[in-house]
Amino acid sequence: MSKRRVVVTGLGTVNPLGLDVASTWQALCEGKSGIGPITHFDASSYSTQIVGTVKDFDVTSVMTEKEARKLDQFLQFALVAAHQALADAAFPDDVNRDRFGVAVGSGIGGLNTIEQNHVQLQKSGPRRVSPFLVPAAVINMAAGNIAIKFGLRGPNFAITTACTTGTHNIGMAARTIAYGDADVMIAGGAEASSSPLGMAGFAAARAMSTRNDEPQKASRPWDKDRDGFVLSDGAAMLVLESLEHAQARGAHIYAELIGLGMSDDAFHVTSPPEDGSGARAAMANALADGKVQPQEVDYINAHGTSTQVGDIAETKAIKSLFGEHAYKVAVSSTKSMTGHLLGAAGAIEAMITVLTIQNGIIPPTINLDNPDEGCDLDYVPHTARKADVKVALSNSFGFGGTNGSLLFRRFEA
Amino acid sequence: MSNIEERVKKIVCEQLGVKEEDVKASSSFVDDLGADSLDTVELVMALEEEFETEIPDEDAEKLTTVQEAIDYIVANL
Repeated sequence: MSKRRVVVTGLGTVNPLGLDVASTWQALCEGKSGIGPITHFDASSYSTQIVGTVKDFDVTSVMTEKEARKLDQFLQFALVAAHQALADAAFPDDVNRDRFGVAVGSGIGGLNTIEQNHVQLQKSGPRRVSPFLVPAAVINMAAGNIAIKFGLRGPNFAITTACTTGTHNIGMAARTIAYGDADVMIAGGAEASSSPLGMAGFAAARAMSTRNDEPQKASRPWDKDRDGFVLSDGAAMLVLESLEHAQARGAHIYAELIGLGMSDDAFHVTSPPEDGSGARAAMANALADGKVQPQEVDYINAHGTSTQVGDIAETKAIKSLFGEHAYKVAVSSTKSMTGHLLGAAGAIEAMITVLTIQNGIIPPTINLDNPDEGCDLDYVPHTARKADVKVALSNSFGFGGTNGSLLFRRFEA
Repeated sequence: MSNIEERVKKIVCEQLGVKEEDVKASSSFVDDLGADSLDTVELVMALEEEFETEIPDEDAEKLTTVQEAIDYIVANL
């Protein structure tokens, strides 16, 4: 069986940098940070008091306030981002919705809703728990609600793999098209886990930055003074389409998705092995899937979360796989600006990678003032760079040791 | 009585997101006011809260219109 080619024809996002693709891209190119102090609850007793939230979010492009009340915020983010991506892809009304599917996950799902209902349960008993608790909290309801809202009757699933969620959903959506189960898939991730419980949980895991007095400098991948990741909310969606389907309708093609690589560290629940061997395997598998040699890769959108161990491991993985070419390939972590969107991280970074290819501009790694020992790659520090990017990888590594890499190439018929 | 009627209608408006002028005594929650099965569960919960009463599930299932809800509250308060 020969694989069908898969291209990207639509993008959508809401995140700490912007409420759409254009404003997000502009902020990325300007090296802006979307991080600020926590204002949505009293975080004064928290070790981490900074976060990336979606500012001035408005659901009314897709639903009424009344409908929104039944949906956890991660579902609202998912629906708005999906609506943007579908509008961007500009399908005709008679697109075959039986061959149009959804692959959208979340790292945690409706945590806010679960917390609120638990408070209600403790206070007033089980009869005061909302009938909307379960449909608002369950992770696959992002994919479910998108299907219902837009009438998409094709394959519908939600892979959940912590911080690799977005990457896996996009990669497996592409395979669903390549295998012939669908002609079009909307794929990505959504996350809204900056709730009091979510923040407390990640703080307890000692995973987050505590640079509370300088929120915009807190996410600083590969820098000597990095002290953990910064949690963010948001969503991003890609419309993936078989090449023949896209060409038949004259769609704008952003890039071609040519490879997915997957692996697991089989090592520790939250930490990668120091040598980054699992990360290396994921990247190597993506290159093999796309039949691309390491020296052909121009850019890597790194997982780069700004944690002590993770940043070193990824750097070692890149050196190990790319050899001398490791010093020629541009590597940036856009989490330095967006923060870490967990289950949506792989999706927004896939989107950024696609835009990097299309626009010929590599967004920087901000806050990289003093690279740590052993961190000597070209991380595109501080400012965006014009570059001819033909082939690019996007990496995601998640709790549980799960790794995923997506490989994109500039579209050439 | 009229007070109860007003309070019931107010809750119906809030819970189902409908306008006050569309809520008549004869209005069916599902057929006229667009509620689904989960909406009606939440509506009954809101009525229980407002009137500080407990509506058993077997009774709640029989409350399909605004008038039936008003009658039930009046009879059981």
